[in-house]
Amino acid sequence: MRELRYREALREAMTEEMVRDERVFIMGEEVGHYQGAYKVTEGMLAQFGEKRVMDTPIAEEGFAGIAIGAAMVGLRPIVEFMTWNFSAVAFDQILSNATKLRQMSGGQFTVPIVFRGPNGAARQTAAQHSHAMETFYAQIPGLKVVVPSTAADAKGLMASAIRDDNPVLVLEDERLYGIKGEVPEGEHLVPIGVAAVRRAGTQCTIATWGKMVPVSLEAAELLAAEGVQCEVIDLRSLRPLDHGTVATSVRKTGRLVIVHEAWPYGGPGAELSDRVQRDCFDSLRAPIVRCTGRDASMPYNKKLEELTIPGSATVTQAVRAVMAY
Amino acid sequence: MQDERTELLKLYRQMLLIRRFEEASAKAYSQGKIGGFLHLYIGQEACAVGTLAALEPRDYVVTTYRDHAQALARGTSARACMAELYGKVTGCSKGLGGSMHFFDADNHMLGGHGIVGGHCPIAAGAALASKYRGDGAVTVCFFGEGSATIGAFHEALALSALWNLPIVFICENNEYSMGTPLSRSLSVHDVSQKGPAFGMERDRFGASDVNEVRARMQVAIDRARNESKPTLIEVALYRYRGHSMSDPGKYRTADEIEERKKTDCLLVAEGKLGALGVTEAELLAIAESVDAEVEDAVQFAEASAEPDESLIEAFTYAPGV
Ligand SMILES: Cc1ncc(C[n+]2csc(CCOP(=O)(O)OP(=O)(O)O)c2C)c(N)n1
Repeated sequence: MRELRYREALREAMTEEMVRDERVFIMGEEVGHYQGAYKVTEGMLAQFGEKRVMDTPIAEEGFAGIAIGAAMVGLRPIVEFMTWNFSAVAFDQILSNATKLRQMSGGQFTVPIVFRGPNGAARQTAAQHSHAMETFYAQIPGLKVVVPSTAADAKGLMASAIRDDNPVLVLEDERLYGIKGEVPEGEHLVPIGVAAVRRAGTQCTIATWGKMVPVSLEAAELLAAEGVQCEVIDLRSLRPLDHGTVATSVRKTGRLVIVHEAWPYGGPGAELSDRVQRDCFDSLRAPIVRCTGRDASMPYNKKLEELTIPGSATVTQAVRAVMAY
Repeated sequence: MQDERTELLKLYRQMLLIRRFEEASAKAYSQGKIGGFLHLYIGQEACAVGTLAALEPRDYVVTTYRDHAQALARGTSARACMAELYGKVTGCSKGLGGSMHFFDADNHMLGGHGIVGGHCPIAAGAALASKYRGDGAVTVCFFGEGSATIGAFHEALALSALWNLPIVFICENNEYSMGTPLSRSLSVHDVSQKGPAFGMERDRFGASDVNEVRARMQVAIDRARNESKPTLIEVALYRYRGHSMSDPGKYRTADEIEERKKTDCLLVAEGKLGALGVTEAELLAIAESVDAEVEDAVQFAEASAEPDESLIEAFTYAPGV
């Protein structure tokens, strides 16, 4: 199969869906003439024109709301946030409008919309530009939240997100944009809400998402060299959350380490832990451990940033601790 | 005449220091010694220097991520600034903030801020505190024209006007917000026109002559200090470099940039200094002392220690009872 970069796979999904469905269009800062701040939308303006590839000024609350309004009456917008950090400015539109209109109207209106962009720490972008926003969004009923970690999933989850009749957030990652992987040509839909087992193992389950997937796989390699066989599960979707796949694995391994970049307080990792301990109480041989970003704002200094986000060393440590319990 | 000469020499030196400092930081960035985002102010120096020359030490300065000039002109040492870029503990934010987040409490520099427009209400808050305390201080708030479409900017203006806060809002209109020209960002290109909508005084001028910047800013600063009234000012200027170091700047031509360099604030100041009798040799001596100061700052940053791991959580909360 041919290989694509993650950013190209995202673009291919958007392009194919825009060809397929006239109602789909994209808007955001620098998505058109500049070809995308991270080049995800490169070439799309030339293909679709300014009507369907809309450059917006810096007005996240305004254009997020405008897209929601357009979705209410029949369009299917894709909104790019230059990074998810800036979605905080539009948070009220997502929280109070996108996810409430259907319920408040007694089901009369739906909001088929995709919000997307890179999430989490990039490289030394410091405290205001390093938020892992899934912690907030995964809490909200009415939203779907997907986090592709491979090029194939970038295409498949994006296409599913665009076809979904609900607001779907696609949390991408700047550090993954350049990775390559095999991507099916033509229609490729990855169902939202189904986790993937990325590595089979028998002794400890690692459940994770986004850029912590490659980190966890690296840790699993290191642990295999020590004789510890880890099963690595990529959740892919945080809402809906496929705890069933994780529970099945934990019944086999008896141990679970959850790895995520976001802060330790609450979030999808804590939610997963809660569900699995209830599902698999009798199978657990050790407490569930979460290996997370530190409970602090992101420092600029390179070494401190590396210490703040989980790396393969911290993941191996967490697994060793669980094994030794 | 003597005073004018001395004053302009001082401002010229500040502008040159900022330029050389940023040229050195661009070099260090390309060597991988500085990370994250690095937004250069090169070409815009007269705006920060002229404005800050009109301030008193008790006044407050708030700006965006393009903040090196404001810190240096406010009196933060080149050493502390360069060390911050290097992420060292001797930096003005202890290496935790980096290029976008220069802070200097002693010099009333309330920061470089990363969320477009998000700092405008903070600036209004500092002005509110001055009014509350009756301390006579004025706050100046810098931002790009990209802020003029975001809600926080409009809310800050609305409340500052309603509450008569002692603040000067300074829109640095460099014609591009990242790669977006004015034609795609603003329905009215003159941002200062938004002032009257709130019943706020406005002004608009260019930033190639640092003396003019200072004189025009002085009027607005006096209005804030003496009458407790806000002003919205648009300064027309131009950045010579990309939006940040990672922007190749394909959206404008080399000719356009060369054209704008003809009214470069350093050139204009050199012309004026010449007319005031300043010799080439004197200018050269200034350049040499600036280069030495920047070189010293680089050496200092290189030699300084990294922040300790204990600093990751150290400033999450204020210590207390
Ligand atoms: C709310 C928000 N949206 C987007 C960004 C990303 N961003 C950073 S600077 C910038 C352009 C700002 O341009 P302008 O306000 O004109 O200031 P300049 O950089 O030209 O000084 C953008 C889009 C951001 N920092 N904050």
